[in-house]
Amino acid sequence: MLDLKGRKGKWNISVLILLGILYLVIHCMAASRILLPYHIQVLGLVCINIILVVSLNLINGFLGQLAIGHAGFLAIGAYLSAALTVFYGFPFLLAILISGIAAGLVGILIGVPALRLTGDYLAIATLGFGEIIRVIILNIPAVGGPRGFSGIPRLTNFGLTYLLAIITVFVVKNFIDSAHGRAVVSIREDEIAADSLGVNTTYYKVAAFAIGAFFAGTAGALFSHYMQYISPAPSQIGFLRSIEILIMVVLGGLGSLTGSVITAFALTLLPELLRGFAEYRMVIYPILLILMMLFRPSGLMAGNELSFEFLEKLFKRKPKSNAKGVSPGGAN
Amino acid sequence: MAPTKGLEVNGLSVQFGGLKAVSNLSLAVQHGELIGLIGPNGAGKTTVFNALTGFCRPNSGTIIFDGHDITHKPPHFVAQFGVARTFQNIRLFKDLSVLDNLKIAYHQNFGYSILGGILRIPLYHQEEAKVIEESVRILDLVNLTEHRQVKAGNLAYGNQRKLEIARALVMKPKLLLLDEPAAGMNPFETRELVKLIREIQESFDLTVFLIEHDMSLVMNLCKRIYVLDYGLLIASGGVDEVRNDPRVIEAYLGEDAPWQS
Repeated sequence: MLDLKGRKGKWNISVLILLGILYLVIHCMAASRILLPYHIQVLGLVCINIILVVSLNLINGFLGQLAIGHAGFLAIGAYLSAALTVFYGFPFLLAILISGIAAGLVGILIGVPALRLTGDYLAIATLGFGEIIRVIILNIPAVGGPRGFSGIPRLTNFGLTYLLAIITVFVVKNFIDSAHGRAVVSIREDEIAADSLGVNTTYYKVAAFAIGAFFAGTAGALFSHYMQYISPAPSQIGFLRSIEILIMVVLGGLGSLTGSVITAFALTLLPELLRGFAEYRMVIYPILLILMMLFRPSGLMAGNELSFEFLEKLFKRKPKSNAKGVSPGGAN
Repeated sequence: MAPTKGLEVNGLSVQFGGLKAVSNLSLAVQHGELIGLIGPNGAGKTTVFNALTGFCRPNSGTIIFDGHDITHKPPHFVAQFGVARTFQNIRLFKDLSVLDNLKIAYHQNFGYSILGGILRIPLYHQEEAKVIEESVRILDLVNLTEHRQVKAGNLAYGNQRKLEIARALVMKPKLLLLDEPAAGMNPFETRELVKLIREIQESFDLTVFLIEHDMSLVMNLCKRIYVLDYGLLIASGGVDEVRNDPRVIEAYLGEDAPWQS
């Protein structure tokens, strides 16, 4: 029975302690100038991307609905929070919260009609939604219109992005491990069966969509107050950004949170490391994607999580299968 | 009339475009009964189940279960009243473990909210422990406990059928609709299944309504049988009564050749 009892409560705490230590290490390295402000800046962007990728993975990976308008929610958060702090002098944390809630509400508003669609149709509908948001922003002179919104105070620091990234991962993880998260996953697996078991599929689709949108909104708020400028360019808040997030989700593995974190980290650093090739990013990504689909079609982590147990399994796999012979479903 | 326990269907019709899949079907299933629904292929049996569980909207008629009108209710709503079902083509959550399949079926019995789950309130831990206990109890019943960590899609075919029934049982249903539970099973597995259905019907105080092509299973299990053909109820009654009904024989074996009449 041991394997049935959850040790997840303890797992949560030990991982939190590790993450705390990691933060201290980064902090010390920054203080002793091993990591330059530029490095810290990039790490902050990594954290913002982690929030975006993990929240999109909730929709694409766990709920199994192909939504590609994630940058739309990011845009709502980025512009709304900037407007709140610049024009109305809201405290930043409150602005983050309001942006998240606003993005979540828009998520519900869009989700209710759009989530009746599935597959390609949903993809097109959400893509359209993202563009609508961008075009609306483009036509609001108060937030700079096509020139972009500049003069945003720099209120985001690395610690804040780090904290919010951790909160996002834990919220999504705990959600997925609860009865409600299982309901969401059951929709991905077989919507009709889920329905027959009493899962209100519409409710859970919209709920997962709204949670994803909420975190994308908070990521937007962090982003605009980190870069101090936000422009309505497709690569910032348009479909290019959406696709970029989607690529990270797919490369990391649909339904794998640790996979999302790893790719968000790697694919944010990659263009920085290859500074000279930064423009070729959108060439490198597709090639990466094609290679990935050829050699590891279900993503880096393929729906698994990088945990102590997973590592244990990975290294013990061979002797185990020898001892037990063919074990169904043991591998992977 | 006082609300009756059990299922009551009155004048149910389901139409797909010009095709009348079910027309004017009336039937009543008392609490605790074990009823069969048979008929040739395309007779509309599964459509009846789909209408009962809210997967397709009936064009007319009423469905009353335990005194509640469930005629036009969505599937998850019908499920809350204690109507569980299995599917003709097995619908398991194939990529999830056997245990997770059962946990999902426990869905309606969870008391904590989304926020409660995220914050891991004490109720979360209590209920998560309870659901595992409950699931294992039902897995024991269908002899699948040792496979609990296996992906459902990797189970042997017969076990997948059993798991689907087990999953329906976790919902603590009052009425269990089984759509061809013995399809694709060998005679040995079928005998086991008959035993299992009897067992669960008694221990869970269930009403069981099943569609089946395997006559030995139907004749063995069911006290009463309804026969559908082209969406029409052509016979109902006890096993012997139905077996000797000329219209049933005609439906299954075809009309008398014209030169004979």
